[in-house]
Amino acid sequence: MNNTAIDNKNEQKITLKVYRENRGQDSGSHHDTFEVPYKKWTTVLDALLYVKSYMDPSVAIRYSCRMASCGSCGMKINGVPKLACYTKISELEKSTIECEPLSNFPIIRDLVTDFSRFFNHHKSMQPYIQTNDSTEADTSKGTFSFYQSPEDVDKYLQFSYCINCGLCYSACPTVGTDLNFPGPQALAQQYRYFADTRDESKKRLDIVDDRHGIWRCHFAGSCSKVCPKGVDPALGIQLLRSYMLGISKNDKVPAKKIEVNGNNNNNNGADTE
Amino acid sequence: MDLMSCLECNESIKMVSRTILKESQIMKIHYITGIAAIFVVALHIMMRLVVPFEQSLEYEYIIANYKNIIYVLILESILVLISVHGFNGIRIILLELRQSRAWENMVTVVTISAMIGLIAYGTRTIILANGL
Amino acid sequence: MKEIERSTRNNLEGIGGWLNPSRYGWERISYWLQRLTGVFLLIYFIGHVYETSTIVNGQNAWESFLELTQTVWGHLFLIMVIGASTFHSANGIRLIFTHAGIGLGTPGRPDYPYNPASLNYRQKSGIWIALILAAAAMFYGFNVLFGV
Repeated sequence: MNNTAIDNKNEQKITLKVYRENRGQDSGSHHDTFEVPYKKWTTVLDALLYVKSYMDPSVAIRYSCRMASCGSCGMKINGVPKLACYTKISELEKSTIECEPLSNFPIIRDLVTDFSRFFNHHKSMQPYIQTNDSTEADTSKGTFSFYQSPEDVDKYLQFSYCINCGLCYSACPTVGTDLNFPGPQALAQQYRYFADTRDESKKRLDIVDDRHGIWRCHFAGSCSKVCPKGVDPALGIQLLRSYMLGISKNDKVPAKKIEVNGNNNNNNGADTE
Repeated sequence: MDLMSCLECNESIKMVSRTILKESQIMKIHYITGIAAIFVVALHIMMRLVVPFEQSLEYEYIIANYKNIIYVLILESILVLISVHGFNGIRIILLELRQSRAWENMVTVVTISAMIGLIAYGTRTIILANGL
Repeated sequence: MKEIERSTRNNLEGIGGWLNPSRYGWERISYWLQRLTGVFLLIYFIGHVYETSTIVNGQNAWESFLELTQTVWGHLFLIMVIGASTFHSANGIRLIFTHAGIGLGTPGRPDYPYNPASLNYRQKSGIWIALILAAAAMFYGFNVLFGV
């Protein structure tokens, strides 16, 4: 009871400037301003949902988990790409908060953007484990599990934490002008599979060795700066490039396959993903 | 423009271009020419600094320089290294600005021609000044 | 085709994105400066090759061209060139190492507050050293050209 009394006394208001545009109606864009009450723990997403509930239900936003796991609520907050659910109003220390759709993604409506191009680039990296062993797919010969040491896992684990929120794609200066550049997310995923000892594809370096490929990264570092999950795409891209320059030698030893016999799951405690 | 066609056209247009050099090879050349240029430009500046600045710009002093074969080699290598590095840099910037087959072909042709043109023009100066 | 291009480029940050380096820290400033100095140095280089070519037209042509460039503004321009080439060289060496994966740290298990390994102080101090070297070179150039 005591806490509530204190909180009510300290309730402050923030000005929320929200970008409004409906591409379907082609009626141009403008900003709507809302005065929203907030507390120490109120996130930008909470404030936007307050606007939707009590002020203007037509504001379009995309969100789901509210805990920085789904990567849906990416938007530019005061000009910098952030997850709305992961950004507290009190931490911004500004009297006005401007919410705009992520740059480099075509706008559909208000704060909702179209991720098709982003996902296409992701798909073009072949983001799945590829093995040369055809028997692996043949379940009649039993199933296999891969053995990976914790050191093997550490090589790619960080990059597999990517939630495809698109913040890095929005911050990247090359993506800002080059439609065919895969972007930090896709290139970091290319490294994620390249570094994975389960993957045996020989084509990974060729996929990105294009005039709009990995070489158009100039290490502006903005992707890593905005990443909410610590994926550090810039690191992945440079590590991949060090293989292409011949500085790092590709001495990857393919992960050992262990036959799994029925319920006797003999995976030697190897923790994969 | 309706929403659906807007969504459809977001499919990225991948252009498969046949090139003589792979991009990784071009970028290796970019790095090597960059590092080599630092050394030869440093030599060029140091050879100028052994005399007072005003004297280094005197006509006779410069003609004498152009007759010194080592200096000529340094100048020619600066010319080649910086032309290759600089025009490749411009090519990279221009490729990132727009994406279409016509633009990319134009960028390649223009930057390579400008590179060859500048090297030829600078070499002409070196040869003619050497003969003076 | 024009219609398609316009809509696919909808909401792209465009060239304004790289012209504004203020939002993302030192690495973005380094990227911005590396580009600006690169373009500036190429323009200077073309001008320099043209300028020095007047020597083949004899002493008079050379000296009349010198009069055009050996002015206060010409010297200030030259000081800019000295600064730009020093920064571009020093930062360029750092970037070559970076592109080769050197000095970035290794992948690990990210934890809150998720500070990226690649944006470390080795990188930042590389940028600062390039800036300090450029300032020192400009100071030296100023002394030589203006004889202070």
